[in-house]
Amino acid sequence: MNEKKLKVLAAEIRLETLKVIHSRGFGHVGGSMDLADLMAVLYGEVMKYDPKNPRWEDRDWLVLSKGHAGPVAYATFGLMGFYPMEEAYTLNQPGTKFPSHTDRKLTPGVDLTTGSLGQGVSTATGAALGNKIDGRDSYVYCVIGDGEADEGQVWEGFHFACAHKLDNIIYFIDNNGYQLDGPTDDILAHGDMAKKVAGFGLHTQEIDGHDVTAIYEAIQKAKAAKGVPSCIVLDTCKGKGATFAEPKHDHSSQPKEEQWLEAIAASEKELEAAKNA
Amino acid sequence: MNVKLIGKHEKDSRACRDGLALTLNELMGQDKSIVYVDCDLMGCINTKQLRQNYPDRAFEAGIAEGNAAGVAAGLAATGKKVFFHSFGTFSSRRCYDQIYMSAAYAGLSVRVLGSDAGVTAAFNGGTHMPLEDAAMYLSIPTATVIDPADYDQLASVTKGLLNVEGVSFTRFVRKDVIRVYDEGSEFEIGKGVVLHESEKDQATIITSGIMVDESLKAYEALQAEGINVRVIDMFTWKPLDEELVIKAAKETGAIVTAENHNTCCGLGSVVANCLAKNCPTVQEFVGVQDQFGQVGPQAFLMDTYGLRAANIVEAVKKAISRK
Repeated sequence: MNEKKLKVLAAEIRLETLKVIHSRGFGHVGGSMDLADLMAVLYGEVMKYDPKNPRWEDRDWLVLSKGHAGPVAYATFGLMGFYPMEEAYTLNQPGTKFPSHTDRKLTPGVDLTTGSLGQGVSTATGAALGNKIDGRDSYVYCVIGDGEADEGQVWEGFHFACAHKLDNIIYFIDNNGYQLDGPTDDILAHGDMAKKVAGFGLHTQEIDGHDVTAIYEAIQKAKAAKGVPSCIVLDTCKGKGATFAEPKHDHSSQPKEEQWLEAIAASEKELEAAKNA
Repeated sequence: MNVKLIGKHEKDSRACRDGLALTLNELMGQDKSIVYVDCDLMGCINTKQLRQNYPDRAFEAGIAEGNAAGVAAGLAATGKKVFFHSFGTFSSRRCYDQIYMSAAYAGLSVRVLGSDAGVTAAFNGGTHMPLEDAAMYLSIPTATVIDPADYDQLASVTKGLLNVEGVSFTRFVRKDVIRVYDEGSEFEIGKGVVLHESEKDQATIITSGIMVDESLKAYEALQAEGINVRVIDMFTWKPLDEELVIKAAKETGAIVTAENHNTCCGLGSVVANCLAKNCPTVQEFVGVQDQFGQVGPQAFLMDTYGLRAANIVEAVKKAISRK
């Protein structure tokens, strides 16, 4: 892997994520921005996909079970050539192909529809099972929010994947410590997330979710674990790289126009810095 | 459609569930893309044989219906033809959001099978008695809702489900059922079956499921009194065979619906919707009158909730008098 290339891609994804949400003026900035590094590693290095044939049978799958992170997927898919980037600047406009929550019927590149939290874990798990039946060399990557992990269905999905020995699925928990009403510890504290997941029987790792090399290496280790599903707990900063959202770790944001312009300018600067590093 | 009516009110020696289980076993042998997901209730509908015969395609998801429904949707996304079973209550109420969003809204085809339709849940009691299961599925856009009457109709429907796009819900009887149709009968999903009709019909009974036999008994009782009625087995509640309903309303002028379900939001309601829009007609509703279920033998429950031929006869007379 090329660390610099992935860092540049992550910076591009952050900038485009901001632009996508800015096109509507408001949206789920926090939980989208903190996934840019993961998306850069997945789409820049790890995953098999064909932008011209998004439903390619032998592709790897991405399921954003935290469906409200749609904008980071739209930014990534646009950059990877699934559609012209500008198309995603219609976020949540009437008739758009880019709704706030990911929809497999609307957006090229979206493999499963999500939005009602917890559900993407089960559908991703079902897709992994289907791929296994057919003997496809495809991985399913499923991204779960730490707030989302309040849902019992997340743990039902883990239980199923372990019982059926699905080693072709890797779950990520975006462990940013915040949910809509505030810090996860104040809402429904999970305790040690990684320990909890490991207790369910998954091959579990916990890493810095903004370190592209650590993410890449963790995925390789996950793939090496046979006969067991994997989970990588990503310790992240909600709103990472959005000047108006990062300090408060906002769930959704509706900043003023000057705040948007400031955030986009800062993100452009970050991208330049990454390129020149 | 190739329907052979028996209608002698005799109990079938075969358990109704085998119409499903044996058919599925046969279909899975022919089509490797068929998969089956159950929630620890294979033993109740005789589908353990699927797991034995097709261990790589018949799965236990355990007592976790929400996850199971999602897994079913995910399997569908990989091109599998998915059948998903639990008791009627748990394959509707317990996983409704999952079926709604992960499957139906997402445009994925999942064939949901809900066993122990309505009062046939009998000794499992009110907690397990689905009187609103069909109502929930009726309100999902594009969903198909089916209430077969007996073994042979269930077997035919099971085959037909392979060609149904989107989410479907089939509620069926597990054990004893009165045999209505002869072996080899074939039904077309979405098409009602006219069991009796004449030019002298004064009303039409539109029914399905276990109420078909009661309706046939009502037909005979009314005949004996010189009252001719049409009888339609409307085993597909959605999409409703509107053409047949409108024709019956126009030709007979009075409708009685008879269902093993809450009348506030079931077969009677979809028929009433159709009539109100196309051909306003007097209608009487036989079924469970907005009540919860309770424990007891099926015969006791049918008596208690007014699911008998006598209730249908009374409703027909009332409907005719209201013309």
